Amino acid sequence: MSESAAVAIDVDHAGQSFGGRVIFKDVTFSVAAGEVFVILGGSGCGKSTLLKQIIGLLRPTEGRIAVGGHDVVTEVRAVRREIGVMFQSGALFGSMTLLENVMLPLRMFTDLPARARAEIARIKLALVGLGEAVNLLPSEISGGMAKRAAIARALALDPPILILDEPSAGLDPITGAGLDRLILELRAALGCTFVVVTHELMSIFAIADRCVMLDRTAQGMIALGTPRDLQQSSDHPTVRAFFNRDAESMDVQKELR
Amino acid sequence: MVEATLDVAREDAGTVITLGGTLTATALAPVWTRAVDAAKRADGSLAIDVTGAELVDTSGAALLLKLERDHEGSTEWRGLADQPAALMARLREAVPDGAGVKVPARTVSRTSIWKTFIIRVTFFGETILATVGLPAKMRFLRGGDFFRLTERAGIQALPLVGMMGFLIGMILAFQSAIPMRQFGADIYVAALVSLSLFRELGPLLAAVILAGRTGSAFAAELGTMVVNEEVAALTTMGIDAETMLVIPRMAAAMVVMPALAIGIDISGVFGMGFVMMILGFPPAAILHQIQLATGPGDLLLGLFKAVVFGAAIGLIGCRAGLTAGGGPRAVGEAATSAVVGGIVVTILLDGLFAVIFYRLGL
Repeated sequence: MSESAAVAIDVDHAGQSFGGRVIFKDVTFSVAAGEVFVILGGSGCGKSTLLKQIIGLLRPTEGRIAVGGHDVVTEVRAVRREIGVMFQSGALFGSMTLLENVMLPLRMFTDLPARARAEIARIKLALVGLGEAVNLLPSEISGGMAKRAAIARALALDPPILILDEPSAGLDPITGAGLDRLILELRAALGCTFVVVTHELMSIFAIADRCVMLDRTAQGMIALGTPRDLQQSSDHPTVRAFFNRDAESMDVQKELR
Repeated sequence: MVEATLDVAREDAGTVITLGGTLTATALAPVWTRAVDAAKRADGSLAIDVTGAELVDTSGAALLLKLERDHEGSTEWRGLADQPAALMARLREAVPDGAGVKVPARTVSRTSIWKTFIIRVTFFGETILATVGLPAKMRFLRGGDFFRLTERAGIQALPLVGMMGFLIGMILAFQSAIPMRQFGADIYVAALVSLSLFRELGPLLAAVILAGRTGSAFAAELGTMVVNEEVAALTTMGIDAETMLVIPRMAAAMVVMPALAIGIDISGVFGMGFVMMILGFPPAAILHQIQLATGPGDLLLGLFKAVVFGAAIGLIGCRAGLTAGGGPRAVGEAATSAVVGGIVVTILLDGLFAVIFYRLGL
């Protein structure tokens, strides 16, 4: 069991198909505790589907997935205690202010006095740069702010595993970089494990210890390793295209001139 | 899980707060208030000893920061490991103000009654303009929409209408037969119930059903479209939302209402007849009474009212949806507003018709 203690998430030959349509199959990787693990891939490759399997919202049609040593199908409650999730849209509760959104998990799962809950929630919001917006409703803030508030809510109980679905999409580069810094700091301070879906190359190189790349045509994973390794030594054309797209776009610019 | 522990001691130089165990969100509850009080009351220097703290998460670091800031004076840290120190540094940076986090007052923006009234009148005017300008904008109308809406608002409502009408007819007949019998006039129950159904209750009950089933559905559907920015997308594409969304719905409501009213009329008469037969009257006598008391004019009057009620309910449902605010709550409010507004306006219009028809001698 000592091995499973160091493994935060274990994905073993997981696959998903809807009807006869295969989204992906044979996806196998494990995320070590304290690792920042990035899931990459083009649109429709099944990144969000894989995330849904990991957080126990979707039952894998093949293979098995364990989070913190708990099976996502049979021990979904235990899995939920291990994870904090930031959904792509933010998924904030529209009838609650940002402060109340962040306080909700604290109210449900701790016995802290109300003032302490508010204090903690305010600090979480300040951590994501929303210290001045605590009393606004989700309908009164921008999309980027909603994302940051959703991260604050996912952080509310400092879960050991944080799952972020495209955190920097829709954010300006400076805020996005701040978020990357926050991820690394939280990891350093708490030893949190992060599973992040992102397309931002800068962000991947800044935060990812390792990444897995899914592909729609291959119906599964096409690469697994550190970003540096994938950039330098992958033979797969899609992987090379993804990691060298800056160079490619420069070539295109040169050609067009 | 190891709970957080707290010990407060007085030393020569000042107060020492010793925190140990697990300083995480789920474990802090027993010590938070006492620790904060101790830090506030401490005079002179304050020493915080966290040598025994095994795990400090952001909630724990928030408590440590609060202790440091609530104490008026210098704070000495004992046994603060690198990990919580780094986390606290991050929190200090995020919340730079030494006095704690300021919470700006919550401002609630409310729409004034006058503004609401203007919005409604404007919407009414826009719909009239869209109807007048319809010939030029026929391409924005989708026939399929109209038939789909008609089926949902009309055909699918018929079983409910039949059941409601039958029960209302029965209830009316029973209730009026009791006093009428005292005068030996219980045969006139047939005339009374059929006349009130044709002129009043048919269209009114149909309107209540339409407001509850269809007006709310219009509001929820269009409200969700507003929240999802689908209406904004239509507008930016140059498509007239009034024409594409409101007119088919209003037309569907106007078309189905006479059918629903007739449904209530017929099933109500059957309900009444059922009770009358139980009371011992033959069907021929009941039919004869209905023929004597009512004419095609009464039925047409009711159907005319039904069309107007349908237009009002359709319009109010669409207005509630299209002027919805943001968020899921707005959709719920729009649906409520559609049902309440639809029923209130129906009754107001019915009162108005009563006066007009009386003056006209109809």
